Amino acid sequence: MSTVSPHSATPKIELIGVKKAFGPKKVLDGVDLSVAKGESFVIIGGSGTGKSVMLKSILGLLRPDAGTIKVDGEETTHIGGRARDRVMTKFGMLFQGGALFDSLPVWQNVAFGLIQGQGMKRSQARDIAIEKLAAVGLGPDVANLSPAELSGGMQKRVGLARAIATTPEIIFFDEPTTGLDPIMADVINDLIVKCVRDLGATALTITHDMASARKISDRIGMLYQGKLIWQGPTSAIDDSGNAYVEQFIHGRAEGPIQMQVKLG
Amino acid sequence: MGFLSGIGRATLVFLAATGRLALFTARGLSHCVRPPFYPRLLVQQMREIGYNSLPVVGLTALFTGMVLALQSYTGFARFNASSAIATVVVLSITRELGPVMAGLMVAGRVGAAMAAEIGTMRVTEQVDALTTLSTNPFKYLVAPRLLAGTLMLPCLVLVADIIGVFGGYVVSIYRLGFNPSAYLTSTAQYLQTIDVVSGLVKAAAFGFIIALMGCYNGYHSKGGAQGVGAATTHAVVSASIMILMINYLLTGLFFS
Ligand SMILES: Nc1ncnc2c1ncn2[C@@H]1O[C@H](COP(=O)(O)OP(=O)(O)OP(=O)(O)O)[C@@H](O)[C@H]1O
Ligand SMILES: [Mg+2]
Repeated sequence: MSTVSPHSATPKIELIGVKKAFGPKKVLDGVDLSVAKGESFVIIGGSGTGKSVMLKSILGLLRPDAGTIKVDGEETTHIGGRARDRVMTKFGMLFQGGALFDSLPVWQNVAFGLIQGQGMKRSQARDIAIEKLAAVGLGPDVANLSPAELSGGMQKRVGLARAIATTPEIIFFDEPTTGLDPIMADVINDLIVKCVRDLGATALTITHDMASARKISDRIGMLYQGKLIWQGPTSAIDDSGNAYVEQFIHGRAEGPIQMQVKLG
Repeated sequence: MGFLSGIGRATLVFLAATGRLALFTARGLSHCVRPPFYPRLLVQQMREIGYNSLPVVGLTALFTGMVLALQSYTGFARFNASSAIATVVVLSITRELGPVMAGLMVAGRVGAAMAAEIGTMRVTEQVDALTTLSTNPFKYLVAPRLLAGTLMLPCLVLVADIIGVFGGYVVSIYRLGFNPSAYLTSTAQYLQTIDVVSGLVKAAAFGFIIALMGCYNGYHSKGGAQGVGAATTHAVVSASIMILMINYLLTGLFFS
């Protein structure tokens, strides 16, 4: 444990000028971001603006074309092999689509990082898995089901339980409340807040749910056309003075952001 | 000019693909020998590739042995050489048909399943999820399959050899009216260790190729259900062609 305070010199995660294109399509076009230790940062932005791509670039699942990514001050942009494995142990990730292992029962999904990553005994890992499932509102009866037998929202929650099971230092949530009812969404919000406040984790969350964003974040940033066009403390989101942010948080069809749709 | 640049481009694409496959093979092999190992997964794959393929491979071998006896009889009877049938059956089965038939059947059964499973894991981000859970996909998915394929195919082929020879025996005795003990004697007479061993070495190579093509195509599949379908087809077709090519090369090495 270091004793640095949240706004100290070494950020937990730092992106400098990160660019990523798929063929001719520029998705990230110079993203600069710095998230302090123990901070909860929320990224908002339209569908298809590259939010998921940004998280995957930080995790090393996608290789950025340019720019630098640092985790705990260590440059991780181009590392691989063992160095990458070591950095990975700091992370937990909830994938947008859940990405549960369909060949394993639910409890083994949740316990996967404990058993395979940390070499914990299966019986002990199972107890922890049941505990984490309870934290996301799932009873022990689902533990032995296969992921395909769960509803979409339940799969999302299992994915969440898996992401937090190893109590990682940094947790990425890709749309944690999408597909959940409002009450369960709020339970998940509380859970994310708890991970950050009680366990001291650093969280980076993507969401379209503004109520959730306000509740779980210390700071919010908006991604638009490959750049973080605005970022600031959550309290400042309502008077950001940025027309794009205004339009987005109020969900207006009219404004500077033009959707590529044609109304018949 | 357009023609030449077309050839150039095709050559570059081919070289790039070969390079990617070579890199994938090297990575897969290196993870086979470096810990952590996943014995549980290895056993599971060995059961899937070996035990579960027994019926298919056994039936193929049985009918191959039977048809071999029948065909060689119709051929050899013209030259009064029907006593050579036992030798023809046992040598064809152990040297060539056992490994090749088993290889092709397992390529269709197991290679396709591997490509489909890993491909689905790839397009549903399960492979990425493995990485985020500090588990190397090469160790967890590729290495157990490569090992299991290489280890189990020789076992399957050994069984196929026995069943194939048995098939030839059944047809020769009950349909063609040979003397059982004379048939068995001539089966054993010209059979050498190298005949069986060369078949088993081929089988190990085929098992490796099947698993490699299944994993490689699955690992690099993209674009949803259609991509997984294409990966599955590629895995089976490329494994089958490579089996036949490698079979020729190995036969040349062993028996020239
Ligand atoms: N593997 C890939 N290959 C090609 N293009 C990709 C790939 N992954 C993402 N893209 C493209 O990058 C863009 C950003 O995708 P991304 O998934 O990051 O969007 P997002 O901001 O997370 O959107 P949403 O809110 O809908 O999840 C999309 O236009 C997508 O088409
Ligand atoms: Mg997304």
